[in-house]
Amino acid sequence: MDLSYTDEQNAFRAEVRAFLQEKLPERLSDKVRLGHELTKEDHEEWHAILNEKGWLAGNWPKEHGGTGWDAVERHIFEEETTQAHAPRIVPFGINMLGPVLQKFGSKEQNEYWLPRILNGDDWWCQGYSEPGAGSDLASLKTEAVRDGDHYIVNGQKTWTTLGQYANMIFCLVRTSKNGKPQEGISFLLIDMDDPGIEVRPIVLIDGGAEVNEVWFKDVKVPVENLVGEENKGWTYAKYLLTHERTNIAGVGFANAALENLKRIARLEMSHGKPLIEDPLFAAKMAQVEIALMAMATTNLRVVSKAAEGQAPGAESSMLKIKGTEIRQEINALTREAVGPYAMPFVSEALEPGSNTEPVGPDYALPMTKTYFNNRKLSIYGGSNEVQKTIISKAILEL
Amino acid sequence: MKFDLTEERQMLQDGLRRFMRDSWDKSTREAVLDGDTGYSSEAWQGLAEMGVIGALFTEDDGGFGGAGFDLSVVFEELGRAGATEPLLEVVLAGGLIARRGSDDQKAVLESVIAGETQLAFAHTEPASRYDLDRVSTEATKSGDGFTLSGRKAVVVNGPNADHIVVSARTSGEVADRDGISLFVVKKGAEGMDLRGYRTMAGSHAAEIALDNVQAELLGSEGDAFDDIEWAVARATGALSAEALGLMEACRKLTADYLKQRTQFGKPIGKFQALQFRMADVLIEIEQARSAVINLCGNLDQPRDLRERHVSATKQLIGAVAKLVVEESIQMHGGIGMTEEYDLAHLTRRLTMCDHRLGDTTYHLSRFTRLAAA
Ligand SMILES: Cc1cc2nc3c(=O)[nH]c(=O)nc-3n(C[C@H](O)[C@H](O)[C@H](O)COP(=O)(O)OP(=O)(O)OC[C@H]3O[C@@H](n4cnc5c(N)ncnc54)[C@H](O)[C@@H]3O)c2cc1C
Repeated sequence: MDLSYTDEQNAFRAEVRAFLQEKLPERLSDKVRLGHELTKEDHEEWHAILNEKGWLAGNWPKEHGGTGWDAVERHIFEEETTQAHAPRIVPFGINMLGPVLQKFGSKEQNEYWLPRILNGDDWWCQGYSEPGAGSDLASLKTEAVRDGDHYIVNGQKTWTTLGQYANMIFCLVRTSKNGKPQEGISFLLIDMDDPGIEVRPIVLIDGGAEVNEVWFKDVKVPVENLVGEENKGWTYAKYLLTHERTNIAGVGFANAALENLKRIARLEMSHGKPLIEDPLFAAKMAQVEIALMAMATTNLRVVSKAAEGQAPGAESSMLKIKGTEIRQEINALTREAVGPYAMPFVSEALEPGSNTEPVGPDYALPMTKTYFNNRKLSIYGGSNEVQKTIISKAILEL
Repeated sequence: MKFDLTEERQMLQDGLRRFMRDSWDKSTREAVLDGDTGYSSEAWQGLAEMGVIGALFTEDDGGFGGAGFDLSVVFEELGRAGATEPLLEVVLAGGLIARRGSDDQKAVLESVIAGETQLAFAHTEPASRYDLDRVSTEATKSGDGFTLSGRKAVVVNGPNADHIVVSARTSGEVADRDGISLFVVKKGAEGMDLRGYRTMAGSHAAEIALDNVQAELLGSEGDAFDDIEWAVARATGALSAEALGLMEACRKLTADYLKQRTQFGKPIGKFQALQFRMADVLIEIEQARSAVINLCGNLDQPRDLRERHVSATKQLIGAVAKLVVEESIQMHGGIGMTEEYDLAHLTRRLTMCDHRLGDTTYHLSRFTRLAAA
């Protein structure tokens, strides 16, 4: 047992840190740190900076234009970027679609789509969930009917994150109603400029509109946009979900959030003293920090196994649950820390380019919004209940 | 021992529940959340006509109630509907005017009870957090009256208030109990800069900067602390009852949803994982109900006993509110996070109850001090 990183790993960390110091625009890290909304252009700017360095696709092999990093290197990169308040990498093209194409796509699909993802030519979104198909994803109904060289797609997707920015959507669609529901699903790449597609924003509890409903009416999709084989989409989707769950523990995000909480607890005054000196509040913070320290090591245990080539099973479900619980608890404590200034709901002050002054200290305003927004962490990517079902099936050998 | 409501209170509850159901529907909520005041003036007028504002005052003060259980009945129904009408400000500012005001000053209560005058209580300051004695706004004698200078924070209903009850120091140091006085400031007073904004609770609030603002003393000089604590105790009972109503509304929505929503070929309420959690939510809400009874039944007890109940109840309410909010959203899945669905406003307002009149940490620590005393 050795908890230290190798010399090469430490050197890599130093390299990442130096790069961030030089290349991460302060304008962007300030926005991330203060919880302000990032525009599409902000995301694209950061992607382009990483791409120039060759560091955009941390989980792709070199042959496809990725970094070829192992799990430990990816972990170090995530730790450093979150600590520096870099924007997160928009996951849909890089972390989700990329690996699926590499594993199951045709040579032509890889040659065409992968460079476009890296260069930012396409903005992808994920079209899995439907109003009637959430946890029970296999019950999805959006239908694709073969008609010569095309599929004709009809139906509805929902909760499509950042679909308002996307020009492409990868979808699970029903191509057969025979057999088990899982056996009639296909994986299609759909151009969102098709006139039969309509995107409507969904306003969320925090006042933001990061998700959308997407309607498909007689949308024509060329057959070459089918990934892999018809009716095998479920296998690809499950593969994608395991990739969606890499970094699922969100240790970097949790550490950054904890640091922010401590900073606020030093600035907030309670009974005339910094809140961080209030023994009860300090105890609550300590409790979540202790949990995070242990979880970070659980994460590293899984990460180093993965670096040796072992695929994580129920461990990633475990990390998802613990990781999201810890982040949500940090968010709750941060909301509590700002006291009465958790109440103002002056969203305008957080919008890109706004001149509206925040109410109260500038760090206070986004905290209630973040608390509510991050309720999503335990709902999406397979809800925490679904993850527990996976774990219990594994231990009880059901 | 008897836990039923009296006949009058039962009638008040039934009538109010019906009224709120009809007058605080989805379109009202949407109009209020988009509007300029943070409440519905029709609902406010209706509440006045039903005598609901009067139920917050004793007969001596022109009302017909004013007891702890009058507060709990009214506020639980307000909470159940997710209503944002500024009644808590009546309990605070109106209560203080009734308790300390001269006959002249108390005359305004008639128009408050009639729904014609809006109130606010400006006590919290940017650095006071939840401490009631941490007042640094200064009052200086000038001629017959006083002038006030300082800052007040998150003054709920501040932008709408015709009369604002403001605390300020006439002597002593920042956290002294002695030397705090109360004043009445009228809307638009010269030197008062008021920045209004929406809150997560749906109500509107204001940051108030006072620069030599003319004010009228309420009661005598320097001895307001005990009355502030008294008014806050009553308001804590009211706010806790409102939180209870909000919890009941969240529970009902969630239970209904578990029966309706189908995944894996059956209603999700058939999954034992969710059944047990629903049961936990119910158990904790019953705890909250008892905590509200504990406080509202002890508001007229001697100070030490009353204040133990204030902190015990508010601490428990805060903890249960967090559970109910988080579990309700989680058990709904994505739908629970949408603005369109009723739960969003209810859970935001419920969460904000912990940011008024002291949060769980504040009251847990206060309870240990009161218990030791
Ligand atoms: C902010 C946000 C962004 C999202 N982004 C995307 C996106 O980009 N693309 C996309 O395709 N989807 C996205 N989703 C959808 C997300 O994956 C679904 O919300 C999720 O799968 C849950 O489905 P549901 O919301 O329909 O809830 P339901 O499946 O209806 O679940 C409701 C509740 O029942 C529980 N439950 C369900 N089945 C069981 C069971 N068998 N045992 C115990 N409990 C159970 C759930 O855990 C949950 O608590 C997003 C969701 C959110 C909230």
